[in-house]
Amino acid sequence: MEIVIETPNSPRKRKGANWEKYGWMYMRISGAVLIVLIFGHLIVNLWDKGVGAIDFAFVAGKWTNPFWQVWDVLMLWLALIHGTNGMRTITNDYAEKEWVRKTLNITLWVVCGALIILGTLVATTFDPCIDPNAVNYLPTVCK
Amino acid sequence: MSAEATTPVIAEVPSFAVTLMVRRYNPEVDSEPKWQDYDLTMYGTDRVLDALHKIKWEVDGSLSFRRSCAHGVCGSDAMRINGRNRLACKTLIKDLDLSQPIYVEPIKGLEVEKDLIVDMNPFYQAYRDIKPFLIASDKPEKERIQSAADRERFDDTTKCILCAACTTSCPVFWTDGQYFGPAAIVNAHRFIFDSRDEAAEVRLDILNDKEGVWRCRTTFNCTEACPRGIQVTRAIAEVKQAVLRGRA
Ligand code: HEM
Ligand code: SF4
Ligand code: FES
Repeated sequence: MEIVIETPNSPRKRKGANWEKYGWMYMRISGAVLIVLIFGHLIVNLWDKGVGAIDFAFVAGKWTNPFWQVWDVLMLWLALIHGTNGMRTITNDYAEKEWVRKTLNITLWVVCGALIILGTLVATTFDPCIDPNAVNYLPTVCK
Repeated sequence: MSAEATTPVIAEVPSFAVTLMVRRYNPEVDSEPKWQDYDLTMYGTDRVLDALHKIKWEVDGSLSFRRSCAHGVCGSDAMRINGRNRLACKTLIKDLDLSQPIYVEPIKGLEVEKDLIVDMNPFYQAYRDIKPFLIASDKPEKERIQSAADRERFDDTTKCILCAACTTSCPVFWTDGQYFGPAAIVNAHRFIFDSRDEAAEVRLDILNDKEGVWRCRTTFNCTEACPRGIQVTRAIAEVKQAVLRGRA
C-alpha cells in the first residue's frame, strides 16, 4: 500500500524573479560602506563648529570639490536603495492583501527613483556662484 | 545505631497558591478567545503542565491542550507562558514570577483550533518541503561510515523535537505567515551538513525561496525559545552562508 501524505493548503507560492539573495547581500555591503560614508559625513559637517556652521556657503563650497560630490552622490544612492529595500521587506511582512503590497512597493521604488534622480542632478549640476549680488552668502571660490 | 536515628525525616514539599490565566477558546460557542482564571494550590515540584492537568482533571474537563510524553521529548506541549514560548512540561511553576498570575496562551502565528491547540499543518508542511530525510544514491547494504568530526558538524540540529516553539516565536512568521520558519531551516541544516547526504544543493535551492532563509532578520527569538537549547539563529546563518557558497 502506498502511503500518501496529503498536502494541506500551503500558501508558499509567490511567483516571479527571486532577487532575495542579492537583496540580502546588498543590505550588508551597502551597510558597511554607509558606516564610513555617514560617519565621515557627520564628522566633517559637525565636528568643528557644530550645526550652526552649516550654511549655503558651506554646502556650496563642499560641492565645488569632486571628492565631496562623489561622496554625497554615493551616499544618496546607497542609502536610498538600502532604505527603500528595507521598507520593501517591512511591507512584505505586514501587507496582507496582494494589491496593497504591490501598490506600496511600487510607490516606494517610484519615490526612491525620483529622489535619486533629483539628488544626483542637484549634486552634479550645482552652481555654487548662483547669485552674484549675494556675495556674502557664497563660498570663497566665487569672490 | 538505633532505628529512630536512621529514619529519614522527609520534609513536606512546600506548596503555594497560584493563579493561572488560561486563554480559552471553544469555536462552537465563542466568537473569540478569552482569558479564564484558575486559583490552584501547587507544589515546588510541579510544572505548568501539572497545573493544566489539575484544571482538566479536577476543575474543568473541557480544557484542551496537547501533551504526550510529559518529559520534554515529544514536543507536543509548546505554549506561550508569561509571553515566552516554552514546553509546559519543562517549566517549573516555582521558577516563574508568582507575584502575579501565570498567563498561558497557545503559540502564536498558527490558527487556534481549541483552547491551547493550534493547527500545526502549515508548520509540518514547511518541514516536509525541505525534504527531512536522508537522500543517498548508494543502496543501504552496509553502514554508512561517518567520522566523529563529520557527525559533530550537524549535531546541534539533530536535537530538534519539532515543538514549533522557535517558529511561533518569530515575528516574521507572525506577520508574514508564509515564511518557512526556523524549525524547517534547522531540520534542513541537519541534512545539508550531513556528510552522508547528497542533496544539500536541492535543499539550499528550496531555502533560497522568497519565503526562505532571507526572510530571517536575526532577532534571536528562536534561539531563546528552543527548549532543546539549539543554536537556531546560528543554524539559519550557516544555511545562509551555504546558499551563498552554493554548497554545504
Ligand atoms: C549606518 C549604516 C547602516 C548599516 C550598517 C545598516 C545595516 C543594515 C542591515 C544589515 C540591514 C538588514 C537587516 C536584516 O536583514 O535583518 C538593514 C535594514 C534596514 N536599514 Fe539599514 N543600515 C545602515 C543605514 C541605514 C540608513 C541610512 C537607512 C535609511 C535610509 C536604513 C534603513 C534600513 C531599513 C528601513 C531596514 C529594514 C529594517 C527591517 O528589516 O526591519 N539603514 N540595515
Ligand atoms: S529547533 Fe528547538 S524550538 Fe524549534 S522546533 Fe526544534 S526543538 Fe522546538
Ligand atoms: S509533553 Fe512531550 S515535550 Fe512536553
